[in-house]
Amino acid sequence: MILDGKCPTGPIEKSWDKHRFDLKLVNPANKRKYNIIVVGTGLAGGAAAASLGELGYNVQAFCYQDSPRRAHSIAAQGGINAAKNYPSDGDSILRLMYDTIKGGDFRAREADVWRLSQVSNNIIDQCVAQGVPFGRDYAGYLDNRSFGGAQVSRTFYSRGETGQQLLLGAYSALSRQIKLGTVKMYNRREMLDLVVVDGVARGITCRNLITGTLESYAADAVCLCTGGYVNVFYLSTNAKGCSVTATWKAAKKGAFFANPCYTQIHPTCIPQAGEYQSKLTLMSESLRNDGRIWVPKKKEDVGKRPEQIPEEDRDYYLERKYPSFGNLAPRDISSRSAKEQCDEGRGVGPGGRGVYLDYADSIKRLSEKVICERYGNLFEMYERITDDNAYKTPMRIYPAPHYAMGGLWVDYNLMSNVPGLFVLGEANFSVHGANRLGASALMQGLSDGYFVIPYTIGGYLATVKPVGTNTDHVEFKKSIEDVNSTINKLLNINGKKTVTEFHRDLGKIMWNNVGMARSKESLTEAIKQIPVLRDEFWKNLKVTGTGAELNQQLENAGRVADFLEFGELMARDSLHREESCGGHFRVEHQLPDGEAMRNDADFSYVGAWEFKGVGKEPELHKEPLKFETIHLAVRSYK
Amino acid sequence: MSEHKTMTLTLIVWRQKNANDPGKFETYTAKEITEHHSFLEMLDVVNEDLINTGKEPIVFDHDCREGICGMCSQVINGAPHGGQDRTTVCQLHMRKFKDGDTIYIEPWRARAFPIVKDLIVDRSALDTIIQAGGYTSCHTGGVPDGNTIMIPKPIAEEATDAAECIGCGACVAGCPNGAAMLFTGAKVSQLALLPQGRPEAAARVKNMTEAMKECGFGNCTNHYECQVACPKGVNVKFIARMNREFIKAQFA
Repeated sequence: MILDGKCPTGPIEKSWDKHRFDLKLVNPANKRKYNIIVVGTGLAGGAAAASLGELGYNVQAFCYQDSPRRAHSIAAQGGINAAKNYPSDGDSILRLMYDTIKGGDFRAREADVWRLSQVSNNIIDQCVAQGVPFGRDYAGYLDNRSFGGAQVSRTFYSRGETGQQLLLGAYSALSRQIKLGTVKMYNRREMLDLVVVDGVARGITCRNLITGTLESYAADAVCLCTGGYVNVFYLSTNAKGCSVTATWKAAKKGAFFANPCYTQIHPTCIPQAGEYQSKLTLMSESLRNDGRIWVPKKKEDVGKRPEQIPEEDRDYYLERKYPSFGNLAPRDISSRSAKEQCDEGRGVGPGGRGVYLDYADSIKRLSEKVICERYGNLFEMYERITDDNAYKTPMRIYPAPHYAMGGLWVDYNLMSNVPGLFVLGEANFSVHGANRLGASALMQGLSDGYFVIPYTIGGYLATVKPVGTNTDHVEFKKSIEDVNSTINKLLNINGKKTVTEFHRDLGKIMWNNVGMARSKESLTEAIKQIPVLRDEFWKNLKVTGTGAELNQQLENAGRVADFLEFGELMARDSLHREESCGGHFRVEHQLPDGEAMRNDADFSYVGAWEFKGVGKEPELHKEPLKFETIHLAVRSYK
Repeated sequence: MSEHKTMTLTLIVWRQKNANDPGKFETYTAKEITEHHSFLEMLDVVNEDLINTGKEPIVFDHDCREGICGMCSQVINGAPHGGQDRTTVCQLHMRKFKDGDTIYIEPWRARAFPIVKDLIVDRSALDTIIQAGGYTSCHTGGVPDGNTIMIPKPIAEEATDAAECIGCGACVAGCPNGAAMLFTGAKVSQLALLPQGRPEAAARVKNMTEAMKECGFGNCTNHYECQVACPKGVNVKFIARMNREFIKAQFA
């Protein structure tokens, strides 16, 4: 099937304005007759629930944490992009669009990216009005910093905790609506199924994580704002509870999963210290503004203390290879370069899996005080984890799985191929192409939540009659029975291996074969190994306790079961995409200098997969990508 | 980082099946722990052992494991988050302990935080306080350009100091009165400092302190234990600012 993204036609500058005018409206008195479910309360979900509630819809919002304020958007450190051009350094909506399309290695939809760039400015205004404390200059105006993949300063920030402040802004707007009664908030609920009635998304099945009770919720539309899937690698920068479960359950109910092979491996994370490690910690990309990345030139120097290695024996490889972007080369390129250095035996720290991020020059140029003002909390965090003082000795960093550019397929209205099912933020595939630029995730989450879905969902709801919140339909009962039977199955295997052991095993398969460098051999190997591990999981898993209580192992078992199915799809998508682009690097497809080699003639499309059953080959649907404003070109940061 | 000796520790952990169970301390041994394990990774190791011997693992709240989501919440040897300066439980590392140590692990204890299971408590009262007024009532869209609202840098910095709060509730757990004054004071102050928050400042402080009282939190008697417990270093001066805002509100 050829998918249609239903993008507006005509001049790109007018596309979103024209589309907003063309969308049908729901009149204010009718809005309260419609019910909307929002799953997830990060930047996308929190902003959507608050904005939709304020418009007058009845919103039911869900999160697995004990409070909507804890979604993992909170962990974003560096900043949020906007095309304000406050520094007058040449920025514009078109330039932000250009950087995003190019940064994504020409695998995103132009119309969606234009819209994102256009509303980026509204986001900053909205957050300021909410009382988000952005960094200011001494005149009292908003300050900017630089981020990877851009030659202008367009990143707004709040110390090293921008995600926290933006999320608390969305949470405060959401709290206001909860108090007003337009949003009913359900904490500690995990969505375990999508309910589809006559081909239309009608509701969800949740598990109450405190009591274990399975609950049905019905509405006229369902918005999934459930984040990304890189915990498939086990070790990642995601929160422990992040999973593919919500989007995968929707995929199993017919929603197409687009570009699952596009995963971002973030270059600046704290290296793994041991086998027991449960997650990896990111150090903001903003650190690359003032830090210089290097490894020893000579292999025999890797064991030395960094201060014992003289300047002439250091290789500042990003500055050497990419002189115009230097240490601010995009994430995929920086990560791959770090891996190359380590593969050549020049990595530092345990197992030779690390490179230095050095502040000595900046401290000399700016003073320790200035560096402390800019990055103090990050330096503190680094010291707490590693026991090293980065003011005195360089940090050690290594790439780690961080973000999923792939996600459920949506059209320009953020609606999936299942009518009534909308997907927002990291959970959809729409704007980042094959690689996301720094400070663009927060921008997308808030754009989708505050400024896109409030318009586009109205366009859909105006075409359907409200159905109410009654959950008597047989599909709701059937869904509860299915979820219940999976839970009982998980509890009754009584095997010998814990959930964590299975998750670690899966993570190793994924990291070694579907990680930073992929090949036909490695991907074929993953497609062979994953089903074997999945079979073992269903025969040898051990979960204690019952389903009728708070049971964290059971929660994790469900998530890992889904990763064990999803991981295979990721490998299949990677294998089918015979090109390198952005975060998807196939060793067979590289330029002589080791850069990614795209194949625009054959692969300039969105690959959206239709689930056909566990262990069965999924069906590929394509949405061709057209580049009319930004012309296809080889991505170069040299 | 070379290979280090491993530690063996005795854990005395609060176990409570559900809200109605009286609960009790149980003793466990944590083996083969290195200085690089985080405190939660140490508990992961203990839990894997428990599961492998068919016992129920210790249940605790956690999510981001990088000190920002505010989910983790344990009193360790009597100190919320373990007592290391500006550190959440998830960021506490085992190098702060030594081989042979005995460690007491308990949940937050406060009237407004009923225990759910083992080390997990119900902190929804903190959401209730925010819902009472921890926001500006701006609409989505229809707001002015961000640079039309100028904020002197020192004011922006102070508002950010207050906004650092991660809503973990350690201040309540550390307070002998089980008060949420630091939590509430931080949000009241952040918005009172900024011009965007001024129009609703009086109503906000009244409504939020009223909600605080109704949720069963105590009052402040200047012990400053909240500031010591706070993993984000939120300063008690924000309680003083809230009190000033409260008095001003009486005349507004």
